[in-house]
Amino acid sequence: MRKIRYADALNEALIEEMARDERVFVIGEDVDLYGGVFKLTRHLVEQFGPHRVVGTPISEEGFVGLAVGAAMTGLRPVVEIMYMDFIMLAMDQMVNQMAKLRYMSGGQFPMPVTIRAQAGAGTAEAAQHSQSLEAWFVHVPGIKVVMPATVYDAKGLLKSAIRDNNPVVIIENRVLFYEFEEVPEGEWIVPLAKADIARIGSDVTVVATGYTRRKVLAAAQRLDGEVSVEVIDPRTIQPLDLETIVASVRKTGRLLVVHEAPTCCGIGAEIVRRVVAEAFHHLDAPPQVLGGADLPMPFSPPLEQACLPQEATIISAVRRLRDS
Amino acid sequence: MITIRRFEERVKVLYRAKEITGAIHLYIGEEATAVGTCEALEPGDYVTSTHRSHGHCIARGLDLKRMMAEMMGRETGVSRGRGGSMHQFDISLGFLGGNGIVGGGIALATGAAFSAKYRNTDRVAVCFFSEGGANQGVLFESLNMASLWTLPVIFVCENNRYAATTPVEKSVCSQDIAPRAEPFGVPWSIADGNDVLDVYRHVSEAVARARQAGGATFIECKTYRVEPHCGIIADGRDKREIELWRTPEKDPIARFEHMLLTESILTPEEIAGVRQEVERDLDEAIEFARKSPFPAPETAGDALWAD
Repeated sequence: MRKIRYADALNEALIEEMARDERVFVIGEDVDLYGGVFKLTRHLVEQFGPHRVVGTPISEEGFVGLAVGAAMTGLRPVVEIMYMDFIMLAMDQMVNQMAKLRYMSGGQFPMPVTIRAQAGAGTAEAAQHSQSLEAWFVHVPGIKVVMPATVYDAKGLLKSAIRDNNPVVIIENRVLFYEFEEVPEGEWIVPLAKADIARIGSDVTVVATGYTRRKVLAAAQRLDGEVSVEVIDPRTIQPLDLETIVASVRKTGRLLVVHEAPTCCGIGAEIVRRVVAEAFHHLDAPPQVLGGADLPMPFSPPLEQACLPQEATIISAVRRLRDS
Repeated sequence: MITIRRFEERVKVLYRAKEITGAIHLYIGEEATAVGTCEALEPGDYVTSTHRSHGHCIARGLDLKRMMAEMMGRETGVSRGRGGSMHQFDISLGFLGGNGIVGGGIALATGAAFSAKYRNTDRVAVCFFSEGGANQGVLFESLNMASLWTLPVIFVCENNRYAATTPVEKSVCSQDIAPRAEPFGVPWSIADGNDVLDVYRHVSEAVARARQAGGATFIECKTYRVEPHCGIIADGRDKREIELWRTPEKDPIARFEHMLLTESILTPEEIAGVRQEVERDLDEAIEFARKSPFPAPETAGDALWAD
C-alpha cells in the first residue's frame, strides 16, 4: 500500500484514461500550463500535448457546449469547471443540450461527457465559491451524478465516469483535495450506481455524501458503545443505489441523511421520499435530514461552520433519532 | 428549394388539420440559404440547425418520409417521435439536430469542428442561427474559441429580419451582423440569402478555407421570414411588407427558376416535371407518416441512457 492524496488520485485517473483512449481529452480553464488552479491536471500537457489538454478562455457556456458537440461526433471530453458555482454559466449547454440531445434524437448517439466540478464548503470562500449543487443535476433526467468522498473512490469513480457513455457530473470535494489515504498500486475501477457501506451498525442508518462522510464516521466512532451507527456513502446519487440504503433501513428502522447542500429540496429529501415509499413499514421513527443551512454561505468562518453539519450536530441528530 | 417550399406548405395544412401538433416554425422564403449552404458541403460534414429546421433537414438530405413521421410523432420518425419538428437528427448524415434554444447549435458546431480537427479529418461544421441567435453570448464565446484554435466551423447567420415578433432594427444595433466577426479575426461576408448561387459561392469559399486548415468564417445571409414566427403566434407585420418578399423579384425559388429559364438550363416542362416529382414524394411521405404507428407508451424511457 502507498499513501496518496485525493488530488493525486484524480490526476492518476486522468492520466490513465487518457493513455488508454485517444478519444479522451481534457478541457477547462487553466488545465494546461498551470495544471489547473488545484493542480489536478498537472503533467497532462507534458505527457499528452496541448492538442488533448485544452486550456480555455473563461467561457463556461462555450466550452461545455463545445464538449457536447465533440461528444456527439466521437470524442470523450472531460471538462473541468473550476468551482461548481461557475457551472451556472453552462446550464443551458448541460441541461438543454448535454442531457437531452441523445434522447431527443431517439438514441442515435452516445453522450460521453464527463463534467468535473469541485465543490464544498469550509474554506471561507463565501457564497459564490461554496455551493453543493448536486440536487439540481439529479433533477435533470439524463445526467449521472457522482460524489467521491475518499481517495480510493476519487480515482475509481472518475475512471468509471470517463468510460461511461452518458453525461456524468462528478463533484469532487475541495476540502479533501490534500488529504492522504492508503490505496493500492496500479489501476482500479469503482462502478457507478453502487453505494459503499462505510461502517456497519445496527441501530441507525446514516447516509452521508461528500465531505460529510468523514464527519459522520467520526461521529459514529464517538457514539460507539452508545448507538450502533451504520454509515452508507451512496457515492453515485444518480442513479441511486436505493437497494443498499433500503436494506440497511430494514435492519435499523431509522434513517438520517447528512449533506452540506441546503436542506430544502436537497438530495436528502429525495432519499427520504424513496425510502419511505419502499420501506415505510420498516421505519421505527420519522426519517430525518441534516443538511446545510438554507442560506447563501456566509464568509466569516464561525458563521460558515454554523451553516454546515458538524460532528456535534450529527451526534445530536443520531441521538434524537434513536430516542424517537 | 421546391421540396422545402412544398413540404412547408403541406405541413401548414396538416397543422391546421391537427394531424401535426406542437410548435412548428416554417422556413418559407428562406430556402436559398439552406440549399446554397448544404450544396457546398460534402458527406461527413456536420450541420447544426435551429428551431426552424425543416429546410436545413431537407437540404442536408434527411428522408422526407421519416421527417414527416417525426412531425406526426410516429415511431418511424427520424428521432423515433422523441424530438418532433424542432429536434430532427440524422447522425449518419452528420446532421446534429435542430435546437429548441435560440443559438443552441452554435457551440455544438464549434465542438464538432474541434472534433473534426482533433481526429485529423478535413470535415467542416456549419451552424445555422438567426439574427436573433446572433445576440446570444455563446456566439461570441464560440467565435473566440474558433479563432484561437483555428477550428473549421462556418457560422451561417440567417438574418430573416424577425426574432419571434421583434424586428431586426429593434434587436441589432448595427446595419449588418457579419462584421461582429471582425474583432475575432474571423473572415466574414454578406450574401444575398435569397439567391441560392450567391449563398453557395460564399459558403464554398468558406468551406475551402476551413478544409485547408484556414479556420472559421462568418457568413450573414440576408433573407426574410415570410410566415409568422410559429404556428401559434399571431403576426402583426405589415401585409405589404410580406407581399413584397413574395414577389418574383424577391422570392428565392422564382428568382432561381427565372435564371434557369433565361439561361436555357431547364425548360418550363422540366421545371413542371420537378414540381410533379416533389408532389409525389410528399404524397408518399404523408402517406407513410399516417400509416406509421405511434411509439408504445411503455417505450418512453428507451433512449435516455446509452449502454
